[in-house]
Amino acid sequence: MNKTLTFNELQKECSKIIKNEKIRINICAGLGCVAKGSLELYDEFKKVLKEKNLDTSIDVLLKEEKKEGVNTIKTGCIGICEAGPVILITPGDILYLHVQNKHVREIIDKTILNNELVEEILPKNYDGAVCKNIKEVPFYAKQEKIVLRNCGQIDPTDIRDYIAHNGYTALYKSLFELSPEEVINIMIDSKLRGRGGGGFPTGLKWKFAAAEKDSKKYVVINADEGDPGAFMDRSVLEGDPHSVIEGAAIAAYAIGANEGYIYVRAEYPLAVERLQLAIQQAEKYNILGENIFGSNFSFHLKIKEGAGAFVCGEETALLASIEGFRGMPKPKPPFPAQKGLWGHPTIINNVETMACVAPIINNGADWFKKFGTPESPGTKTFALSGKLKNTGLVEIPFGVTLRELVFDIGGGIKDDGKFKAVQIGGPSGGCLTEEHLDMPIDYDSIKKAGAIVGSGGLVVLDDKTCMVETARFFMSFTQAESCGKCVPCREGTNRMLEILNRIVSGEGTLEDIDLLEEIGFVVKEGSLCGLGKTAPNPVLSTLKYFKEEYLAHIEEKTCPARQCKKLEYYYIDPDKCKGCTICAKQCPSRAIFGIPKEPFFISQERCVKCGICITVCPFGAIELK
Amino acid sequence: MYQEELKKQQPLRNFQRVNEIIEEHGKSRDKLIPILQEVQKEFRYLPKEMLSFIATALGLSPADVYGVATFYAQFSTEPKGKHVIQVCDGTACHVRGSMNLIKKLKEKLNLEADQHTTEDLLVTIETVNCIGACALAPAMMIDGKIFGHLTPESIDAILEDLLKNERRKTNE
Amino acid sequence: MDYITINNKNVPITGEEKNLLEVIKKVGIEIPTFCYHSELSVYGACRMCLVEDDKGNLMTACSTKPRPGMKINTHSAKVIKIRKTIIELLLANYHQDCTTCGKSGHCKLQSLANSLGVDKIRFKPRKEYEELDRSSLAIVRNPNKCILCGDCVRMCSEVQGIGALGFVHRGPKVSVAPALEKNIADVECVNCGQCVAVCPTGAIIVNDNTQDVWEALNNPEKVVIAQIAPAVRVSIGEEFGVPEGENSLYKSVAALKLMGFDKVFDTAFTADLTVVEETYEFLERLEKGERLPQFTSCCPGWVTYAEKNCPDLLPNLSSCKSPQQMFGSLAKKYYAKELGITPDKLVVVSIMPCTAKKFEAKREEFKTNGEYDVDFVLTTVELARMIKEMGINFNELEPESLDMPFGFFTGAGVIFASSGGVAEAALRLAAEKITGTTFDAIDFYDVRGLKGIKEAAITIGETTVKVAVVSGLGNAQKIIEKVRKNEVQYDLIEVMACPGGCVGGGGQPVPNDMETRKKRAEAIYKIDATMPLKKSQDNPAIVEIYRKWLDQPNSEKAHHALHTNYIHRKRISGMEISDETTENIKKLEVSICVGTNCYLKGSYDLMQKLIALAEEKNMTELLEFKGTFCMENCAHGPSVKIGIDNHKYGVQKDEAEVFFNDVIIPKIKSLNKTTSV
Repeated sequence: MNKTLTFNELQKECSKIIKNEKIRINICAGLGCVAKGSLELYDEFKKVLKEKNLDTSIDVLLKEEKKEGVNTIKTGCIGICEAGPVILITPGDILYLHVQNKHVREIIDKTILNNELVEEILPKNYDGAVCKNIKEVPFYAKQEKIVLRNCGQIDPTDIRDYIAHNGYTALYKSLFELSPEEVINIMIDSKLRGRGGGGFPTGLKWKFAAAEKDSKKYVVINADEGDPGAFMDRSVLEGDPHSVIEGAAIAAYAIGANEGYIYVRAEYPLAVERLQLAIQQAEKYNILGENIFGSNFSFHLKIKEGAGAFVCGEETALLASIEGFRGMPKPKPPFPAQKGLWGHPTIINNVETMACVAPIINNGADWFKKFGTPESPGTKTFALSGKLKNTGLVEIPFGVTLRELVFDIGGGIKDDGKFKAVQIGGPSGGCLTEEHLDMPIDYDSIKKAGAIVGSGGLVVLDDKTCMVETARFFMSFTQAESCGKCVPCREGTNRMLEILNRIVSGEGTLEDIDLLEEIGFVVKEGSLCGLGKTAPNPVLSTLKYFKEEYLAHIEEKTCPARQCKKLEYYYIDPDKCKGCTICAKQCPSRAIFGIPKEPFFISQERCVKCGICITVCPFGAIELK
Repeated sequence: MYQEELKKQQPLRNFQRVNEIIEEHGKSRDKLIPILQEVQKEFRYLPKEMLSFIATALGLSPADVYGVATFYAQFSTEPKGKHVIQVCDGTACHVRGSMNLIKKLKEKLNLEADQHTTEDLLVTIETVNCIGACALAPAMMIDGKIFGHLTPESIDAILEDLLKNERRKTNE
Repeated sequence: MDYITINNKNVPITGEEKNLLEVIKKVGIEIPTFCYHSELSVYGACRMCLVEDDKGNLMTACSTKPRPGMKINTHSAKVIKIRKTIIELLLANYHQDCTTCGKSGHCKLQSLANSLGVDKIRFKPRKEYEELDRSSLAIVRNPNKCILCGDCVRMCSEVQGIGALGFVHRGPKVSVAPALEKNIADVECVNCGQCVAVCPTGAIIVNDNTQDVWEALNNPEKVVIAQIAPAVRVSIGEEFGVPEGENSLYKSVAALKLMGFDKVFDTAFTADLTVVEETYEFLERLEKGERLPQFTSCCPGWVTYAEKNCPDLLPNLSSCKSPQQMFGSLAKKYYAKELGITPDKLVVVSIMPCTAKKFEAKREEFKTNGEYDVDFVLTTVELARMIKEMGINFNELEPESLDMPFGFFTGAGVIFASSGGVAEAALRLAAEKITGTTFDAIDFYDVRGLKGIKEAAITIGETTVKVAVVSGLGNAQKIIEKVRKNEVQYDLIEVMACPGGCVGGGGQPVPNDMETRKKRAEAIYKIDATMPLKKSQDNPAIVEIYRKWLDQPNSEKAHHALHTNYIHRKRISGMEISDETTENIKKLEVSICVGTNCYLKGSYDLMQKLIALAEEKNMTELLEFKGTFCMENCAHGPSVKIGIDNHKYGVQKDEAEVFFNDVIIPKIKSLNKTTSV
């Protein structure tokens, strides 16, 4: 296909892919599945299909000759990462889990050729029954895929597959049927809120930038997903890069920009690769560059790689990094929509936000508002991790309750643990506890509970997780990533971390709790940017709901969850100890004392916690408390 | 030994290479970070003389360029080892014991707590934030390749493998 | 009328106000700030200026523009708490030796901690103690006292255009350091001390030489004389509560005499001398039309800057020494004899507003018989400290007059203190010389004022002299670019490193902001206006000096005593990129400079060509090419050195082949004659 095709012609060509495709085997090539061998699985499928003369590919489908064929593609993350390698067979939406090379022939013989299911690798729901298609799987039942609509269903390395699945129709519609104002009004009407964590109305942001009079404006996509435990943006970039590009182009048209940057963090080399390829292909078909689709509108998108700084996820720091400076934030106002990149009006949107744009333009604001709640319409991706049975990538409409997310979708706590809390929003977020389980997940409810939706990272904690250690872990992350510019964040988080370190080592005092709250207040209110302003959240949130754990660490010098190693101690049960002296003789620091034939005791000051005593005691009289 | 290899690779040829990189990217400020990234890729670290040179070429003050180079975690002004092991300390990995793995790795390589690179410049151990392989936690990357579901034993085996390969290479 | 409400008081706004700080000042409140400086970009890091609006939102007053209808509370409970905690957090890291710190009494951290009532510090220092950087003669850096406000970084970069200091590392490890964390004397610093002028704490202070001077004063074998610079007299009073702009010259003389100085003279005298020497030099150049524009050379910060950055313009600098050095030179070469002592028994101390003078005084070329012409330089603040040390009640002193012969000066000498003063003083002489007539005081208002770049075309008789006056090195660079590109035609360019001129020198009392500099400059011109003699050529003491010692302006004797030349300086020391492949063959080392100037002249291409030639002629085994930084031969570059020979060749890139054949090959031959290969 050459460059001079109009979009309509291009669409018609690409639709042949769907028309002529009998069956499509989508093999998840997300990180988790690849590590478990999904690439080898792909090779095996191709090999066997070729043997049986069933194999076909996109290029073949485009020529009208081959009418029957099985197209096998490597897709983006399908989501149920615990159960990889995962494949999805369409039509029929048949999901197979833990697929190995040995299953390939059976799948082809039974499912492809005979419409039968291979029960062994079908997912099972909570009462053991098999799920005949993906909608029956509890993990997927309550999900709605807008952002991830194509992940797991198309080949992210081929733009033609994207176009075949309705790709770039929203851009075409915007350029030829809508004015920039109309586009903005649709976005405002849809009430889409920024998915990066800020939750600011996207349409409004575009409106501000559009109102600025400047011949040079910029669209910037924030792909610096730095929250530990968050991989939603990465999955979208790797699995459906064109959805982001389309969104960016529409945004540029709406505000009057002709140049854009997508800022991807350095730790995502595959995402960068996919984007580079996607941009190249889009330029080839006149979907990016000068006179897109032959219109008056031009848009050039460039990739900028981050260099390893979490703070560059903050808007003004991100812009500083693009400009070649240290990634330090600046005071707002002025806001980037007025004075952004090199002083020009700039909108910065998150990857997920951008991926929502095309469906909204195509289906309308009312369609979008059907999902979610009135104030938080649409869906949100979440990266579920922690002590859950089903970890992975999900997308739910706002309004789904926490209970549904943790137990129905997530499958509940693994390894017989008990639910304790959910950390939502990463290092900027707070925790939600049992009392919040029936709360709907949306921006305002979560804010009221003292947490934030954030970028979508959600860690489930059980009774074996220490909340103090969790707060400390997030604070150490934030401290290391602080840019160091403003005093409250640089010094305040440092001191808060100091205090938390003392507490988990058993050296905390009661004054420390007051001090944490005091400094936390100053950091929250006084910091220059969002990183500092939200840094105390995990601490303040855990102090609010789990103060007793803090007190246990301080007053009793114990860790109720048994996670803080420095607070463990060895204890000889006087009822079981026979005074045989074996442990005292083995103790390398001579910490065990006693009179033979009487119960011995361990001096905590001298104990180095090596654990030898437990292993040598013939009566099991020593415990680790 | 690798150290000698590194010394031999030094300066003049490399200085020419830096110049080529600068010419390719262009001499404007917004190209500073991509230039540093490529120079770092080429030499595995940013030699201090090169920073001064890059500053001059771009018309910036050396203090400015040094400030940018030391701000971002990706850049290192100290030579890195031939093999870079990045152990993920994101939430999921942390919760599944990444700190313990780092300790084990350092023990095996005889590294002090604040040391990151072995004396013979063979291995550098880094802690990184979330590489996005949370489903494989705890995970690490060696020279860009991901190893997941790590245990102290599997880490031992992987490291042993790497060291054995190196020994074989030097003997050849 | 638009207005905003501050602490329940309505304040009208014009819309021209830069930020809330300005409006709040109108109510009579000064919000505490560390990182805000009216002449630098807004940084927003210290968070001290946070104010609260009626919705409970906090905003930094330094970065927020006033909008009609805003309701602001400058001292709500929230912001007070934040300010106190910020001070506490800063003090927790601080090396607190207020009692002996040179900045004590002038330190913002100290005064704010006091006024905000910060009485408890609940944290211990979190960083290791770092050694002070005493490498520079002009300033001392103490990283332990740095609160990371970034004022010095922005001043050096935005105003002076140098950027010798920058932020390094990130998060808790952030600090302010010279390039590559070297010592400040090893990088591009020109000693102007503007960083000292803006530092709110004792992190960068003037290098203290008071102890050296006490020792000299107490040494019975030495005769100690002082010269006071013009700028000092209108600023030293600030250290004693005297309002800005009062002339404290004669009280200073009294103080110096009490301290034990044998004679007290005035640098304005040798400023007059400088005017004569320099104007004669200028008029000669003007007539011949060569080496124009002429740049003034009395500012040591500018001279060092030129040596490091503009080697091509060094021939254009006036060869005159600065007034300080002319004084020292005359003192050691002639005055000592008059006193009947040998030069080594004479100690010359200059009192300057300037930190760079400390560097200037120790230049090797400014010596007589192995003795420095100027032994010690004290800045205004150091003199004030010595006065306090002695317990002198400055305000109660009876004024005393200066000694002769070096105590007689004209208005032209005094105005050196202000930007435009040197140019105006020169014009007062030039006008007479060109027209050949004497007339009463000439005031050249076009060159006065605090603007960074001033231009004037002065018509004298049939000649028009085009003058440019710049202060602040960033402005100097702008003019230099234009001169290099031939976009402007100037005959005389006065350059002062410090914005506003010497009244804003690094050694002046703080606050040293533009408002204060303006008042000091105004005072200088007032003194000039009230002086009976306003032209250097009318100074009878000057006439006498020529008669006694120097014959006439620009004579050989004058050249020997009062003129100098300049050297090329490298900007960053100690970096070589060398090849270390040593084998048995004796390789000829060819070092090619890749420092800034040579690089810009194509030294890289030259090296490529030489390497290619070596390959072509199969001589790569016999040659070792090295890239080095700055050989300080910048004007003749690209520079090449061969082997251990110190001779520096200037080789243009199209001369590569000739150079290779004529110089390199013979040297290879002669080197290898002694080897057995």
